[in-house]
Amino acid sequence: MENNIQHSDIYAIALHHRFQWEEAQQSYVILFPEGMVKLHGGAGEILKRVDGKTTVGEIVVDLKTTFPDAEDIENDILGMFDLAVGKAWLRKLN
Amino acid sequence: MAQLNNGVAASVTQKQPLWLLAEVTYRCPLHCAFCYNPTDYDKHTKNELTTEQWISALRDARKMGAIQLGISGGEPLLRDDIEEIVAEAHKLGYYSNLITSGVGLTEKRIQAFKEGGLDHIQLSMHDVTEDISNFITNTRTFELKKKVAAMIKSHGYPMVLNVVIHRYNIDQVGKILEMAEALGADYVELANTQYYGWSLVNRDQLMPTREQLDRAEAATNAFRERVGNKMKVFFVVPDYFADRPKKCMNGWGEVFMIVTANGDVLPCHSARVLPGMTFPNVRENGLEWAWKESPAFTKYRGMEWMKEPCRSCDEKENDLGGCRCQSYLLSGDAEMADPVCTKSPNRHLIDEALINSQNPLVREQPIIFRTDKNSKKYVEGDKERIEQFHALP
Ligand code: SF4
Ligand code: SF4
Repeated sequence: MENNIQHSDIYAIALHHRFQWEEAQQSYVILFPEGMVKLHGGAGEILKRVDGKTTVGEIVVDLKTTFPDAEDIENDILGMFDLAVGKAWLRKLN
Repeated sequence: MAQLNNGVAASVTQKQPLWLLAEVTYRCPLHCAFCYNPTDYDKHTKNELTTEQWISALRDARKMGAIQLGISGGEPLLRDDIEEIVAEAHKLGYYSNLITSGVGLTEKRIQAFKEGGLDHIQLSMHDVTEDISNFITNTRTFELKKKVAAMIKSHGYPMVLNVVIHRYNIDQVGKILEMAEALGADYVELANTQYYGWSLVNRDQLMPTREQLDRAEAATNAFRERVGNKMKVFFVVPDYFADRPKKCMNGWGEVFMIVTANGDVLPCHSARVLPGMTFPNVRENGLEWAWKESPAFTKYRGMEWMKEPCRSCDEKENDLGGCRCQSYLLSGDAEMADPVCTKSPNRHLIDEALINSQNPLVREQPIIFRTDKNSKKYVEGDKERIEQFHALP
């Protein structure tokens, strides 16, 4: 996969977008004008760590520690960032 | 600003009313020729829900899973409690949207909305020219709308413009998009008129030609190519020119729930036109009952109700047979395949409408604007008198 995400990158949820847990759906969602995206387990775990301060590298380490049994999640995580940036759910801060 | 919203982006397995549309009032200072509000809205202007009733409806719907909230009308700003409703919606965790013509939006109110946590404001615009804009809304509101757009922007709101498209502005689509860009719009919805309520009354006058539509789509695509991701442009295709119907409201009672000014709970904006149906009302039964059990919501949910050709159609999952209201309004049969479908025995009704709308004798008839006076005539059952305007000489 082509990937432009660097470990040193810092992201935040895009302007006018909101990320929140939805009890009724038992999942995280991203809300924006006229739309909503439901995030499946892994994607929610990643985006919930995006806070405008933590770097991608730190998020990778955190997830590897939290889910020690998951294999090769680094590529999945970077892929998710790539997707989320492509969809304009995230904006880059640095 | 009364708009249809068929662009739901959500994937859910369990049926939940994800989208709640609060049509808080049918009063409106504008008189748009394409307004889809019921033609007899005048009878619903005197028994509006109170602030407390709205707040408890918001609370109940949120518990059922509603998350996107549209506050619409009529013109919602004619109520002075929108600030309170917005603040409560925010506390409950809604992503909320005020859908407005802009009339009545002041610095003071927008400040209060911002503090209350309103997420975005969707403003209706009509044309690049003052003449057409004022003509189609039957008001002098063009300059005011531009000021309101600037105000929305200056308060840090995403700017969402909704432009209803019809034959008077469709040739200006390229310029309308440029205007939107100049105003700093983030999202623009070019909503081709769908024919319900007042827009159905004025259908022959509003319908563009296929050539106009093709040019408008080409202009939209060219604009998208130039501007890219900076501004999202939605082009809502008019179903009359398609050969399959739209999946109306993303399915009856699937994700949309509408609470109207007087508390009626509806699965779609125009459902009250359907014969022999009683709709639940928040004053009587809770929203939970309305959504899950009321006869009105269960009647056309899923595919059980279908008859031929839909019943055995291999495309039925795509469109669920189209729109019940459109089928009823055009053919008198609510359960038949949407007349837009070329497999429907009623397709000729659409083709005839397309031909009629090109007949100069018909299309030059005067528009019936959405006014209290005209609505009262509908309430009084004075329909024939109004229909006379449209009869062929
Ligand atoms: S008259 Fe115009 S502004 Fe008022 S509700 Fe209808 S479409 Fe919206
Ligand atoms: S026949 Fe009915 S189900 Fe099949 S495509 Fe037409 S409207 Fe849809």
